[in-house]
Amino acid sequence: MQEGEIHIEHKEIREALFSVTDPEIPVLSVLEMGIVRDVQVENSKVHIKITPTYSGCPAMDTIAQDIKFAVDGKGFETEIELVLAPAWTTDWITVEGRKKLEEYGIAAPLESSLDKRALIDGERIVKCTNCGSTNTEVKSQFGSTACKALFTCKDCLEPFDYFKCLK
Amino acid sequence: MEKDNLYQYLLMLGDNSMILGHRLSELCGHGPTLETDIALTNISLDLFGQVRSYFQYAAKLKGGDSSEDKIAFLRYENQHKNVLLVEQPNTDLAHVFTRQFLFDAFHKLLLEDLKTSKDETIQAIAIKSLKEVDYHLRFSAQWMKRLGDGTEESHAKMQTALNHLYPYVYEFFRATDVEKDMKSQGIGVDLEKIQKSYFMMVNDVINASTLTIPETKPRQAEGKIGRHSEQLGYILSDFQYMQRAYPDMVW
Ligand SMILES: [Zn+2]
Repeated sequence: MQEGEIHIEHKEIREALFSVTDPEIPVLSVLEMGIVRDVQVENSKVHIKITPTYSGCPAMDTIAQDIKFAVDGKGFETEIELVLAPAWTTDWITVEGRKKLEEYGIAAPLESSLDKRALIDGERIVKCTNCGSTNTEVKSQFGSTACKALFTCKDCLEPFDYFKCLK
Repeated sequence: MEKDNLYQYLLMLGDNSMILGHRLSELCGHGPTLETDIALTNISLDLFGQVRSYFQYAAKLKGGDSSEDKIAFLRYENQHKNVLLVEQPNTDLAHVFTRQFLFDAFHKLLLEDLKTSKDETIQAIAIKSLKEVDYHLRFSAQWMKRLGDGTEESHAKMQTALNHLYPYVYEFFRATDVEKDMKSQGIGVDLEKIQKSYFMMVNDVINASTLTIPETKPRQAEGKIGRHSEQLGYILSDFQYMQRAYPDMVW
């Protein structure tokens, strides 16, 4: 199991959570994003802890509602709690999640285990989602949503989103 | 009493982010380029996210019918505890970036210190926010350098903004009774400790931007005890408009 990954015993709840996605990145489930931090089941009552990616993430309320709706739909009574600690990090995006991000056209943050050379002047080497080149540059640290930065590829000249690294 | 000081302290932390966040939101759709427009409003969004965390906690402490929205939208001018720097207007882009940079540098040091606060909630908010503020500071410091060390005109505009805004930064480090109490309890920040790092950090960037550190005297400023410049009244009349016109309205 990967760092930050949580184990959910209950198959129905796990499936329900897999069906809930971040509205801003509809290809990733809340589990793959690492937003769901804890699930406690007691008979028909479920207590789920979620954590925001960014403090101001406007999708959090919707995500909480969607989770409640999905899990309630399996016959449970769900309570959602928003927790701030420990703070979310991009390391919690699962390997499967990173793959899906790339395919969707959002470059994923490199895994922390990769060597330090991945960092240049505080910037990470980011692979173009269009052609795979690493000859890319940051256009803006702030992209279309709080969690993304804007890059352009110097080889194919395409702009693309990068899921900002948060440590 | 102790609880009240913590409450006041949370208002101070939250108000700095809220008023600056509002100032930045005024630029939504008015940025000089799409990237800058989006960046400034993203920073605003981060700040408002932090405000929510502080005010949710403050509302919990206060109990009764207190809520984050009531704290945000229903206080009078003299009940706001933000420093005067953050309420200064968006005169031009030079002022916007300089105000942002002078605040971000303080904000980063403040949160770094609050990471070890004895108050668990403040600690959690600080750890979370710091990751965001790192990006803010990188952005604003970069613009200081780009425009300061840019054309003759951009340099002149940045120097004017710096001359105007720099005298406000001393207010950060004048501890109020609330701050002294919070520090002695291990909850609040040690302002003396971060003051030195602040001026080192800020002056380094100013030098790298080929700008001159203004030799102005510290400005009289007591925003932290609720004495504000005329700017805040205008901000609040806009910010609180909906709740004042339609009391208790919800989305
Ligand atoms: Zn490319």
